[in-house]
Amino acid sequence: MLLNVQNLNVMIPTQGGPLHAVQDVSFSVSKGETLCIVGESGCGKSVTALSLLGLLPKSAKRSASRMTFDGQDMITMSDKQIRALRGNRLSMIFQEPMTALNPLHTLGRQLTDVYMAHRRGNREAARQRAVYLLERVGIAKAAERLGQYPHELSGGLRQRVVIAMALMCEPELIVADEPTTALDVTIQAELLRLLAELQKSMGLGMIMITHDLGLVSRIADRVVVMYAGQVIENALAKELFENPKHPYTRALLGSVPDPSHPRMQPLPSIPGTVPSLVQKMEGCHFRDRCAFASEECRVPIPLVGVGAEHVARCIKTGAQAPNARSTAP
Amino acid sequence: MSKDAILSLSNVTHDFGGRRVITGRSPTIRAVEDVSFDVRKGDILGIVGESGSGKTTLAKIMLGLLPPTQGEVLLDGTPIIEMSRKRIAERIQFIFQDPYSSLNPRQSVGQIVGYPLYLRGQENAAERDRKARELLDIVGLSSRFFDAYPSQMSGGQRQRVAIARALITRPDLLICDEPTSALDVSVQSQVLNLLLELREEFGLTYVMVSHNMAVIQHMTTRVAVMFLGRIVEMDTSEKVFGTPQHPYTRLLLNSTLSVNQGAGVPDLNVDAEARHAMRDHPSYVSQRV
Amino acid sequence: MTDIVASTPPAQDRAARRMRRPRWMGHAGLIIGLAILLTCLLMALFAPLVAPHDPYAQDLLSRFAPPVWHEGGSWNHVLGADHLGRDYLSRLLYGAQISLIIGIGTAIVSGIIGTTIGIAAGYFGGKVDSIAMFFITARLAMPVILIALAVVALFGSSLTVVMLTLGLLLWDRFALVTRASTIQLRSQEFVTAAQIQGASTLQIVRHEILPNLLNNLLIVATLEMAQAIVLEAALSFLGLGVPAPLPSWGLMISEGKASILFEPWLITIPGIALFLLVLGTNLLGDGLRDITTPQGRN
Repeated sequence: MLLNVQNLNVMIPTQGGPLHAVQDVSFSVSKGETLCIVGESGCGKSVTALSLLGLLPKSAKRSASRMTFDGQDMITMSDKQIRALRGNRLSMIFQEPMTALNPLHTLGRQLTDVYMAHRRGNREAARQRAVYLLERVGIAKAAERLGQYPHELSGGLRQRVVIAMALMCEPELIVADEPTTALDVTIQAELLRLLAELQKSMGLGMIMITHDLGLVSRIADRVVVMYAGQVIENALAKELFENPKHPYTRALLGSVPDPSHPRMQPLPSIPGTVPSLVQKMEGCHFRDRCAFASEECRVPIPLVGVGAEHVARCIKTGAQAPNARSTAP
Repeated sequence: MSKDAILSLSNVTHDFGGRRVITGRSPTIRAVEDVSFDVRKGDILGIVGESGSGKTTLAKIMLGLLPPTQGEVLLDGTPIIEMSRKRIAERIQFIFQDPYSSLNPRQSVGQIVGYPLYLRGQENAAERDRKARELLDIVGLSSRFFDAYPSQMSGGQRQRVAIARALITRPDLLICDEPTSALDVSVQSQVLNLLLELREEFGLTYVMVSHNMAVIQHMTTRVAVMFLGRIVEMDTSEKVFGTPQHPYTRLLLNSTLSVNQGAGVPDLNVDAEARHAMRDHPSYVSQRV
Repeated sequence: MTDIVASTPPAQDRAARRMRRPRWMGHAGLIIGLAILLTCLLMALFAPLVAPHDPYAQDLLSRFAPPVWHEGGSWNHVLGADHLGRDYLSRLLYGAQISLIIGIGTAIVSGIIGTTIGIAAGYFGGKVDSIAMFFITARLAMPVILIALAVVALFGSSLTVVMLTLGLLLWDRFALVTRASTIQLRSQEFVTAAQIQGASTLQIVRHEILPNLLNNLLIVATLEMAQAIVLEAALSFLGLGVPAPLPSWGLMISEGKASILFEPWLITIPGIALFLLVLGTNLLGDGLRDITTPQGRN
């Protein structure tokens, strides 16, 4: 197992009080596996990613009962050790490529710098690797591109460079936070295909953070669904899409516009909005919006096994017909 | 121009740039090229395309905010550039993509919704407030929100406020620029459902600008596909989505990642050359329905 | 659909909590600044009621009477008396009036000029902006004290002349700040939304731009106020500010400088008052800036 996270909690102090952004989140990723963490804005998926990389704001408090990367304990690691890991064996790709690229340096400089920082190799070797990777991510005339600055490239090309940069040190795990949301649909599809291809051929572990269920269905091996700071369902992708158990997962799947819905007829939707994480909620976090909620949902709900390698945080999973794609309106 | 057309565009072209600078003229960029179509009463016309396709520029031209470089936009048979903003606002309203930027943070919800009436100055304050409350109720916000400020509301609720503001002058045509792309999936369907409901209730006509093929497919009666400023395909939704003709339309449809577990990411296999060929490919525009 | 309104939106909880414990409560600088400024304001407002003596009444017997904590001081003149035997506490209280009138007056005059120029430049851009920027640059190139001295020397010194002169010289920061904010606000979609509804330029400025500038304007106003108070004191010290016998703090320092060695309190007392007022105004400005700056999401 490449990465193993158990009972991760992140608390961020705010003006209004402590924000429990991540609550008891557990998951693991193996080599060659793509794990998708999916949820709506404010569900804690991005904070989870940042806490893996040691990039949380200074005021945030992180705790976990277990957090290992390739057997190494990440909880007790010093900042320096985390830095040595980050960008080296553990890489990241963010939504906005310009945040990862320095506008003042050439692409070549930035790509080789990452390599030199972790490998202490010579610059020529770094340059060769940069050219090789730029070609791998589908950039033509790679050697000439090394002298260019980020602003000379289109958004899609920039994100390709960022992917190449993430691969410079032959990482074992890539964390990608909405890497294609800012891009056009055709470019998104091309990049995702490229990313999936690289990941499989290099045997990388990948954590993909996204809100896009369509994207998840296409690339995930395993899916973690988060809602209001908690993992509410965790299953292999095939199992999750064929047999979703948690009412939220079902409702979310149902509300995606899809040719299977009758056109111009109301789509199933989830009433209400995501609850605030500032106060700690007792019981099921989804119960205010859930069509099946009852008094029994007011006590803390544990994740329970509902199938092979399939857990859900719901006590009503048995009460529903399987394959229901929508909740009551 | 057909009889029941609200808005009629003929040969509309828009260039950016071309201004005189010290060294001559700045280069022009053709954002919209030779676009003609009618928006007929009861239509939901989808305009779909990627960034840089000119769809937002076209929306602004249809609203009379940008004068076209060439061609003409007629609203009820009158050139829109000759009409006053207030006259246009009574017929056409606009929904912005980002409900965080489109509402003034210093105005209460009641003020925001009643503002178009205030500008017309025909009603007194009490009458304005009554109408604003009525509209808030119609879009599904209780009058509890009347005195709230936008910062206290979620994205979906803000978009409802924007819709209420757009409807208070009882327009016939609503132009929606990516109305749900800033919203979460579960909230997106709430807003789309609301738009469909309001269409029945007020007999509205919509123009929906979006890059999201699934939303356009679900919501529209007719679709125009834009690519590099031109309409490359235009027909009824059934036809465009059922039997797409233009290679760019097919590319857009192929790249849409609908929920389909195990299907993988499609191989689009388009390079710069193929894109260039798409540009020169003849367009398929059917003006009849 | 009704469920949407039944559940409290998260943002509203946050807002409600903020209401319970206002943000300014936790800001020490803001509270201290506000306290100093309020004290000054009360001093100025109630000077006629509080002052033990007429600030202009000369009493030659009390010349150079030391303050109460000095040897030979008495409660009759708590802060002593000056070279003409005028009660120093009374002069200090009335002096607060002058400092605040100058400060607030200058802030208002320069605020109106600077905001008008800044909004016009930011909203219209292009040529208007170029012209406005030329004026701002020209204004920044002017030495404030020298110009003020020249104007006062030409037109004679009075409270109004000093206030207007400073107002005409200190608008640059208002202009730069409003210009930058207006450029940013102009691209916001709510401004386009108002345009779509048919709002006139004046209506857009009044309803959409100005209310969103208010915080910034208030912050700049406090800074300009502090600067105007110091400049007035400097002009008065040079003998070209408000005319004697008005009890300006700068004038008091100037008049006391002759006896700095033997009666140092004549300088230190108005000096400390001036220092506190300017400090308080600046603390208030900084505090306002801190609490109105939106915090990052994390």
